[in-house]
Amino acid sequence: MTHAGYLVAGWGISLVVLGGYALGLVRRGRRLAPRVPVDRRRWIDSPGSDRG
Amino acid sequence: MAGPDKRRDGTGSRGSRLLGAGALVSVAALIVLAFVATDADVRTHPTTGEEFGQFDAVRMLYLHVPLAVLMYVAFVVCAVASAGVLLRRTAWWDVTAYAAAEVGTVLCGLVLVTGSIWGRPVWNTWWEWGDVRLMTTLVLFLLFVGYLALRRTTTDPRLQARRAAVVALVAVLDIPLINRSVVWWENRTLHQQSTLAELKIEDLTLFTLMFGFLAFGLVAWWLLVHRFRVGWLEQAATDYDVAIALAERRFETSATDLDAAIGRRDNREDPV
Repeated sequence: MTHAGYLVAGWGISLVVLGGYALGLVRRGRRLAPRVPVDRRRWIDSPGSDRG
Repeated sequence: MAGPDKRRDGTGSRGSRLLGAGALVSVAALIVLAFVATDADVRTHPTTGEEFGQFDAVRMLYLHVPLAVLMYVAFVVCAVASAGVLLRRTAWWDVTAYAAAEVGTVLCGLVLVTGSIWGRPVWNTWWEWGDVRLMTTLVLFLLFVGYLALRRTTTDPRLQARRAAVVALVAVLDIPLINRSVVWWENRTLHQQSTLAELKIEDLTLFTLMFGFLAFGLVAWWLLVHRFRVGWLEQAATDYDVAIALAERRFETSATDLDAAIGRRDNREDPV
């Protein structure tokens, strides 16, 4: 394969940045969620639901 | 006995988990398509018989182009939501605008980096200061970095929302310039004109490119949903803290009044 270094760098940087950003968002959400009452988190399924 | 449900502790929901799983599977499939299923760009000169083309560097196409288009989409969402902020003045529009701006800025940064990496083997340069498309994209990136910085300069949420909305509406005017730069300044860019519009690619290459839009579209959608929820939580947490502080202040004031009243009564009952 030609240009393997460029391909690894381009795809690698993109996937690492997007993955890192996604992980950061999940962590920020988990840190903030306990400070907010459940009824303000509208995306959460109803308490009676077992869908999580 | 079931313990506390960890899945309820963050920004996830059943829908976003399905979306995330779909995005991961799609990106994995895209990597297989881009690196295994599709061929390198190798053409043969009709008269000399010499091989030319982008060779394996063409595999950057399936990454760079979808990221660029999704960057446009994110910034347009930000602009629409910013108009909503100015017209409706509700938190929902502001949180949406902020989320789209942040996701768009991440995508824009990646577009610049992947473009630079792709440009080195194809154009023999990492960066070209005279290239109008590169420069207008850099300007867009800097404008939205400024947007994100502006949002941290004041704690007044209404002022922050209005100022940011104006900046977003001005910044987004750069998008038509970026898009049309290859036509308007044809001789001042290394970029070719729209490959898709001229249908220069076909078959599996075209399918893989389209699949790239789908895969990274799901990723961007997941990021936008979660960034929106983080913003919503930030705002709700601030409101909740303010409400608690006000309640405590009211309680303290009531207690002081009560103490004062008791003090007066005690003084009256027990004069020295």
